[in-house]
Amino acid sequence: MRLGLEKRDFRSKRMTVLVPIISLLISFLLGAIVLGISNANPLQTYGAMLKGAFGSQTKIQYTIAKAIPLLLCGLAVGIAFRLKFWNIGAEGQYVAGVIGITWVMQFWTFLPEMLLLPVGMLVGVLCGAFWGGIPGALKAQWSVDETLSTLMMNYIIIGYAEYLYINAWKAPRGNMGTVLYPNSAWLPRIWGRVHSGVYFALILVVILWFVLYKTRWGFELNMIGKNRRAAQCQGVSIKRNIILAMIVSGGIAGLAGVIDSAAVTHQLTKGVNSGYGFTGIIIAWMSGLNPFVSIVVALIMAALETGSDALQLMKLPAAMGEVMQGLILIPLLAGSIFTEYKLVVHTNHKEATV
Amino acid sequence: MNLLDFITKLLAATLAMGTSLTYATLGEVYTEKTGILNLGMEGTMLMGALAGFATAFNTGNLFLALLVSMLVGALLSLIHAFLCITMRANQVVAGLSITMFGTGLANFLGQRLGPASNNFNLTGMNITNKFSNIAIPGLSEIPVIGALFDVSLLTYALYFILPFSWFFMYKTKHGMVVRAVGENPRTAAAMGISVSKIRYLYTLIGGMFAGLGGACLSLSFIPSWNEGMTGGKGWIVIALVIFSTWNPGRVVIGTLVFGGITSLQFSLQAAGLKMVIPSQFLGFSPYLITLVVLTAMTIINQKKKGSFASPSALSVPFAIDDK
Repeated sequence: MRLGLEKRDFRSKRMTVLVPIISLLISFLLGAIVLGISNANPLQTYGAMLKGAFGSQTKIQYTIAKAIPLLLCGLAVGIAFRLKFWNIGAEGQYVAGVIGITWVMQFWTFLPEMLLLPVGMLVGVLCGAFWGGIPGALKAQWSVDETLSTLMMNYIIIGYAEYLYINAWKAPRGNMGTVLYPNSAWLPRIWGRVHSGVYFALILVVILWFVLYKTRWGFELNMIGKNRRAAQCQGVSIKRNIILAMIVSGGIAGLAGVIDSAAVTHQLTKGVNSGYGFTGIIIAWMSGLNPFVSIVVALIMAALETGSDALQLMKLPAAMGEVMQGLILIPLLAGSIFTEYKLVVHTNHKEATV
Repeated sequence: MNLLDFITKLLAATLAMGTSLTYATLGEVYTEKTGILNLGMEGTMLMGALAGFATAFNTGNLFLALLVSMLVGALLSLIHAFLCITMRANQVVAGLSITMFGTGLANFLGQRLGPASNNFNLTGMNITNKFSNIAIPGLSEIPVIGALFDVSLLTYALYFILPFSWFFMYKTKHGMVVRAVGENPRTAAAMGISVSKIRYLYTLIGGMFAGLGGACLSLSFIPSWNEGMTGGKGWIVIALVIFSTWNPGRVVIGTLVFGGITSLQFSLQAAGLKMVIPSQFLGFSPYLITLVVLTAMTIINQKKKGSFASPSALSVPFAIDDK
């Protein structure tokens, strides 16, 4: 008897739904093993994490507020992934967005106060789009590997941001961080910690869903991702679409940065590279690049982060959240193959399929 | 301070900094040579650093510590190999999950494997012995080059491992098999080579080297455990592989240049010199250089086929029975 894989003729709908759910269960089981080995009660720990993320109104607000930039980063990455452009540079595009809005807030003081926020947001988004467009152009023009170029660009902009908040744009007081944005230019809060950025995120989900599933451009992106040659034969410009998709992707990641800094941090300072861009990759992947599903996944990821902060009360390391974020992806990656392949058991006489 | 002295000190600092990078880069070169991209280096190195330090702290045995860190590195990359080779998962995403999981687990265990007196935290603990520099009498007193003969055992080992790796990859039959698997897996398979086996083996070896690279940090460079102590070195490794143009013999050039740039900031500070360029610019310059090199290499490769090319099948899953 021998196990083998056989390609399915069609993607299995049943598996597309089943695999993520089973994966989630497996990852919590694996997490329980990690906890058990390190002398912690898994049930108690998970209970504490759940309470830490959703236990009270304030905690729910924190979780939602955290989910906003995560969701936006997931959406950003998802667009590029649609045409199999492996953009792992959302982290850098996010930072570019923060730099953009901070630049306006610091130096465009000639603007009327009312305009500071909208102009700042626009410039931030453009900065993100620019930072995403470069690797897009490099790929389109010379087929420079995008995984590597976006990765390098992350660390270039993070280093530059560090230069800005430690040296060039440092506030007169303190040893790092820029001056806070003027009060009138903060994104208002709507429910406790939850700020109006949530509107941007949700509206964007609807727009993206419409664009990706109902318009010609969305269809073209999909076609390039699924079958590049067929797309070319249909006269779809791959170069143009790569650059365009990366500009949009970078712009959305920039928007994530813009919103988080305008609503939460109000400055450019240490911790601007918070890893949202990397978590966004997990979100995009887990949601199967579907904008609506991304909302749920972003909430789960945010809950893992806020929930793990509660662990410190139990004298357990908050790093457990990070462990879980990585762990969630591993069974899913392993399981995704079953949507396109089926397990075949080769016996001596007959074949049975599962 | 005279210039000769300054250069000697800079070289010494570069070697100390570069050792960890060289091990991990060598590991990633081996892995990528067979066509597997492992972006899990950052997590694997951090786990190696933790495993090494925890073992040395609890047993006092440095060589056991190295062994454990290599084993842990291999185990983490086994997950990557399983995902990418057996389950044909996307290598970019799989690698990222390894980095996240590894970083998280290392930071988590760092607060669980310490002594009860310190709340089980390893941070702030000391180890009784570390890999310290061993000076070779006579040779180590030569100006500048002397720095090469006043390093830790971990660095001395590289003087043998590096030339051997180059020889192995380009001058032996098995090295040719490795390259064939990365360049053209279908042909390799037709020649009776088990592509999966070779890919598994070299992904594991890559992980071992990454674990070792991490251990270099926690057992020699900064003998201690700190959360996230690799500080992005795992990503520099990815850059260095490009910089070395996937040639184990050229790995050392990249690590010397990058290690040198990083050490330069500290050496200049130590010498009391004012920097003309802000230190953050030096900090990100390796990435900028890599981006330029990557672009230039790609363009040159298109004009003159394959002079500096990456392995053709890099990050392409392979299955014999694919329709």
